[in-house]
Amino acid sequence: MLYAETFQIRGGDFEHGGEVATRIKSICKDLGIRPDLIRRLSIANFEAEMNVIMHADEADLSFQVLPEAVRVVVADRGRGIPDIELAMTPGWSTATPEMRARGFGAGLGLPNIKNSADEFRLESTPGVGTTLTYAVRLA
Amino acid sequence: MLLAEIVTLLGCTDLLALDQAGGREIAGCFAADLMSEVLAFCGHGPLLITGLTNLQSVHTAEVVDAQAILYVNDKRPDAQVLALARARGLPLLSTTLTMYEACGRLHRGGLPASTKQQGTAP
Repeated sequence: MLYAETFQIRGGDFEHGGEVATRIKSICKDLGIRPDLIRRLSIANFEAEMNVIMHADEADLSFQVLPEAVRVVVADRGRGIPDIELAMTPGWSTATPEMRARGFGAGLGLPNIKNSADEFRLESTPGVGTTLTYAVRLA
Repeated sequence: MLLAEIVTLLGCTDLLALDQAGGREIAGCFAADLMSEVLAFCGHGPLLITGLTNLQSVHTAEVVDAQAILYVNDKRPDAQVLALARARGLPLLSTTLTMYEACGRLHRGGLPASTKQQGTAP
């Protein structure tokens, strides 16, 4: 493993929303990862970070740089997603008007993460939390 | 199109006055108030036009390597947002024009849309 770090994200913390994504972007730049791959990873990270802030109580975002891929696991504690297929539908969202006023909650987040990543897995237990795993291949 | 030309074309206020920023070459433009749309659909390194003035506008601009943000409808971000943009070296502009008018003038002036290429990952 070339690098690993875990970041904490707090639900409702809009003020810091985006900081984890931009910190990881900076780390990836320092590691010399290709800019187009950094961009795809950063888009996924930003959406995942905002999803936690909007919909969960708290989460750990674990970021690992392996020789073949960058892997991210976002494990949150919160109300979970009852219907994952519905949540993956572009445009479908449970965001409040306040969230939309902040520029998010358009129902694009999860599809955007899936489109940005080479691997994507979403598992959720309603009332417990959601674990989102995605990876961008480096080769 | 140079950022300085955009300032002139739209009568922008330069909110940060970063040295050398006017010489930045802007190859394309993307306009939206929803940051998820910016993340999903815009190309690399655009001028980002938005009416959203919060911290997430700067973080989003950084993720898509935007060359600058132009806030429309005479909107101006608060001191915290200005400080973050200054720390990141990101030029911020404001115009009294509406989003439609700002986009129309830039398009007429020859600045193309910055969009993600079809069929590729963002």
